[in-house]
Amino acid sequence: MGWRLTLRPYFLIVPALLLTCGILYPFGLGLYYTLFDFSASKPQPDMVRLHNYETVFTQDAFWNSAWVTVLYAVGAAAVETVLGVAVALLLHRSSLVGRVLEKILILPLMIAPVIAAIIWKLMLQPSVGVVNHLLKPFGLGGVQWTDTPTGALLSSIAVDVWVYTPFVAILALAGLRSLPTSPFEAAAVDGAGWWYTFRRLTLPMLWPYVLVAVIFRFMDSLKVFDIIYALTEGGPGDSTVVLQIRAYLEAIRFQRYSFGISYTIVLWAVVYLAAMVLVRHLGRIQRKAAEAK
Amino acid sequence: MDMHAHDRRRFLALTAGAAATPLLAACGAGFGGDDKKSGGSAANDVTGSFDWKREKGTTLKALLNKHPYTDALIADLKSFTAKTGIKVEYDVFPEDNYFDKLTVDLSSGRASYDVFMLGAYMVWQYGPPGWLEDLGPWMRNSSATGAEWDQADFFPNLLQSDQWTLKDGAPLGQGGQYALPWGWETNVVAYNTEVFKKLGLKPAETFDELREIAGAVKKKAPGAGYDGMYGIAVRGSRSWATIHPGFMTMYARNGLHDFTVEGGKLKPAMNTPKAIAFTEDWAAMVKQGGPPSWTSYTWYQCSSDLGAKKAGMLFDADTAAYFQAVKGASPASGKIAFHPGPKGPDGSLATNMWIWSLGMNAKSKKKSASWLFLQWATGKEHLHKAAITGNHIDPVRKSISQDAAYKDKMRHLPGFLDTFETVVDQTKIQFTPQAQFFDATTSWAAALQEIYGGKNAKSVLNGLAGDLASKVD
Repeated sequence: MGWRLTLRPYFLIVPALLLTCGILYPFGLGLYYTLFDFSASKPQPDMVRLHNYETVFTQDAFWNSAWVTVLYAVGAAAVETVLGVAVALLLHRSSLVGRVLEKILILPLMIAPVIAAIIWKLMLQPSVGVVNHLLKPFGLGGVQWTDTPTGALLSSIAVDVWVYTPFVAILALAGLRSLPTSPFEAAAVDGAGWWYTFRRLTLPMLWPYVLVAVIFRFMDSLKVFDIIYALTEGGPGDSTVVLQIRAYLEAIRFQRYSFGISYTIVLWAVVYLAAMVLVRHLGRIQRKAAEAK
Repeated sequence: MDMHAHDRRRFLALTAGAAATPLLAACGAGFGGDDKKSGGSAANDVTGSFDWKREKGTTLKALLNKHPYTDALIADLKSFTAKTGIKVEYDVFPEDNYFDKLTVDLSSGRASYDVFMLGAYMVWQYGPPGWLEDLGPWMRNSSATGAEWDQADFFPNLLQSDQWTLKDGAPLGQGGQYALPWGWETNVVAYNTEVFKKLGLKPAETFDELREIAGAVKKKAPGAGYDGMYGIAVRGSRSWATIHPGFMTMYARNGLHDFTVEGGKLKPAMNTPKAIAFTEDWAAMVKQGGPPSWTSYTWYQCSSDLGAKKAGMLFDADTAAYFQAVKGASPASGKIAFHPGPKGPDGSLATNMWIWSLGMNAKSKKKSASWLFLQWATGKEHLHKAAITGNHIDPVRKSISQDAAYKDKMRHLPGFLDTFETVVDQTKIQFTPQAQFFDATTSWAAALQEIYGGKNAKSVLNGLAGDLASKVD
């Protein structure tokens, strides 16, 4: 009996351990490959140590991709957070419309992002797309959405916002519904206005939930591939070539495996650091919110 | 307690980050590729008299791209099985994913597929790592190859396009035969005859005329009852596929090259003064008469727009226009004619081409059966049937291009046969063979987009040439 009890905790973590190994093994292997010059034209590679990383960091293409990735991630996460919280606040008011909208809201999340991007690509097509058709009466029927660098980036962010704002809204709505009612009742008795209540009560207590949504969306946006690739393929020029697209092109299209994986390792480091900072910040916010309750 | 919480957060962050790394390392690309060529070919093991039934009972696995040529092949597979006793199992993927699938599969070193479709450009990428079987020894072995296969019947420029020494910059037509031409596409101009008649236009004979006509159609066609029509459909997405059809054809007709070979080294040549001037003109033509949202245009949008009467002209693969031109295929069918396109300043009709080829996996365990399949699929019997009853146009064999039934079938398309016969001898791969082809042409397409967007052509192309020089060195 004794040995069973001793081993039980280890058995319980076996599934998690297997899952972790499933993630960490290819990660470790990928890290190892980056120390070589492995490519289709060199299937028997030589050890080059950190040369791939040196090349990555000295390329203009990398810094351009890193900048585009950050712009995309910050832009998408910021807009989705503001819109998501606003939608959640609207839906929180119990009404028939709110309940119906709540069900409809989840629909974009049920569409694969790559499909959403293809649908939006058709809708944004200047000559036959529905968006320009609807804008025509306002004299805006000739907009070429993805033909300019700024337009392509904003259009990609817009598709991301369309797909993922409901995710933020659902998390924020769950947070709103779990907030204690007594502070709000006390504020109402004291005659506090809507804005004061929102700023001083709702937002501080809701912040941990919002931050969880921000962490998920920011990290996910740093890793974006599908939406941009389906919408612009990284163009025009290099204007929407984010790090994942650069890694895909290098490793799969151009078959420079070690070099392409180096890009993904750099991206991993960026996501890791961002996650560390945000998760630590979340801990602080959670403690503050708990004290406020 | 806090320490535990901190560790848990670190772990969460670490695994979240690790998940950001795509499983490139595990998706098959592992060390263990073989860059040593084996001394002897498996073709040497085939002896005795030629026999179609030699590999009876074998099952082959084929990887195919979704294409009308493929449809004609699949429809006729029963004939192959009846003739040889070999079964063929196949997977068909759309073109967007096809080459990624093939690349990953071949790079894994497995023999998941014995035979597959590829383009001649892919030989430059798949050949050097030793992924493709050299078919030369099979072709030369009379025990493995039936007399009726008739190698001399192929258009020589097509057969040579799949032949290479695997050395960057070395011309095609020498070295191993790494694939067989199966179906091809020549890049010419197709135009809407109805619109041309209404606007009093004639197909362009020079590039300047092409620009003018493209601009004229975009300006006048909407007022003549063709709502939203623009002048010329050409590809513009950020992909290698943007460069090789109309752009490379016109580039070559101007006597321009992608690379030059100096002292055995490749030197990018897309930034010579003439090349810069031509690229500026091409971008100006697209602005003047091209499609809206050009930077997202692939062959599919170009072809659809011609069929939907949204484009007055198409400068792309003849098949892209053919599938819109056949009866009942599109609103423009019956109103599409073919023309070789503008000549170069010296009258050149040099034309770039795409060749759908068939290749054999060098790791295949069923090479003898695979060769029988390749022989049948590129043989006269199947290709004749595919051309007459299917949509396998642009025959790779001279005998089919001269066949009365084939000519009868194609005659109803105005200008198709004349155009084909005018350009066929001047059609070849106009690129310099080299392993970095896809990187070079993808970057070239990105540069073209930037020039279209208003950036200085000289500075963009100098940047491109500088970047490519280090990569091909």
